[in-house]
Parts: sequence; structure tokens; C-alpha cells
Amino acid sequence: MKYVATFFVLFASYILLAGFQLQELLLGVLVSGVLTVILTNLVDYTIDVRFPIRLIIFIFAYIPVFTWQLLLSNIDVARRVLSPKIPLNPGIVKIHTDLQGDFAKLTLANSITLTPGTLSIDVDGEHIYVHTVDVKGKTPEENKEMISGKFNKLLGVIFK
Amino acid sequence: MEIVSYVFMIIGGAFYLLGGLGILRMPDTFNRIQAGTKATTLGAFALLIGVGIANPDWILKVLLIIIFIAISNPIGSSALAKATYLSCELPSNLVQDDLKDFVGGQKNDSN
Repeated sequence: MKYVATFFVLFASYILLAGFQLQELLLGVLVSGVLTVILTNLVDYTIDVRFPIRLIIFIFAYIPVFTWQLLLSNIDVARRVLSPKIPLNPGIVKIHTDLQGDFAKLTLANSITLTPGTLSIDVDGEHIYVHTVDVKGKTPEENKEMISGKFNKLLGVIFK
Repeated sequence: MEIVSYVFMIIGGAFYLLGGLGILRMPDTFNRIQAGTKATTLGAFALLIGVGIANPDWILKVLLIIIFIAISNPIGSSALAKATYLSCELPSNLVQDDLKDFVGGQKNDSN
């Protein structure tokens, strides 16, 4: 199941990019086959029947939020860079996450990096260490809510 | 349509400019990495979308490049930030440092 699903995802992407000629189809089968073997053996992930549903949630719920946050963070950077005296109150805070799986944590850490004023430095099991330009919260819970709250919930739905 | 694509490209260039300015003006490494990552990610997106609009044949490839940038850019900046944390003296303006307890012994081992 995992092999077949991975193969189809890879093959579909290849064909979409390369076109429908016979040579491309043959090469696509070859490349996707090799990649499938490598990926399924080296990377820990699961593809199940709910994968298309998750993909749809990902595209229509996560990406708009992510894009909006990316825009906000750029406006934030612009504001800081262009103000005569740069407003800073930086610190490194620890954030707890209940997400399981490497992909979920990777996506969460990347989202944190691209949201306003935060940069994830390291992941250790259930904690993400985040450098933030402006430490606002007094307690870990407050920090968690402010930095990762929205994405944590959203990714919890997508990755279970 | 051409005008829209130029507008996107100019927006992208402007964000790159802001990112460069941020790297120059920010006081310490972590803040420089932050400014650089955000501005260049959105700058690259806007630039590539502009290219995609100008050349509709390339739109799928452009989307693929955007996905790769969205994954690799933050990872690169995290790696830079961790390397900085491990091997350099920390900036004096940090008000809080939770990473110290976790990294502790690893720090400066590389030197």
C-alpha cells in the first residue's frame, strides 16, 4: 500500500512536470520506482486512505493561514528594519508541542520560523526551542499560545 | 498580464532589499537570520509568481520551486542559528535562554 501510494504520488508529479511523451513515461516509471524504494526504506512516514483528505485540508486551511502569517511577518520585519531605533527584546523560549511524527514537527518548526518575530533553533522530542524578537509571555503556556497555538491546532488536524 | 507580473517581481525585489537592509541593521546574529529568512522567502515567492504569470507554461515548475524554497529556507536558517548558538558567544541582549539547559555540555565542543 505504502509503496503503491508513494509511487503514484511521485509518478504523477513527474508526469505533470515533464509531459506525456512515451520516453518521459518510461523514464518517469524508472525514476519514481528507484525513488520509491529509497524513500520507503529511509524515511519514516505513512500514507493511508485519508491522505487525499489531508492534502485538501492542507491546501485549503493551512496554506492561506501560512501565507497570511508570512505577509504579516514581512511587514513586521520591514517595520523593525525601517524604524530608527530597532525595537528588540529578544530571548530563546522553549515551546511544548503534542504533534507526533517528524513531518508534523518539521512543518510546525518551519511555520514558526516564517511567522512574525520567531525563529526555531532546535527540536528535542516534544519541545521546540524558538528565538523570538520580543518575549511577551511570562509563562511557557503563554509563549506557546502566542507563538505556535494556531499552527499546532491546524497541524494536529492534518497529521492526526 | 505583463504588468501584473512586473508588479510581482518588483514586490519580490523590494522584499529582498528589505532583507538585505535587515541583515545590515540588526544588532546580533539571530535577529539578522530572522530578517534575512523572512524577507528572502517572501521575496523569492513573489519573484517566482511574477515569472510564472509572465510565462504561464512554467507555472507548475515555479510552484515546485516555491514548495522547495518553503521547505528548505527555514531549515537552513534553523541550522545556521543552531551552529551560531553552539559555536559563538551569545549576544548580551537575550532576556531569556531556555536552550541552555538542553544544549549545556555540547556548547563549544566544536572549537
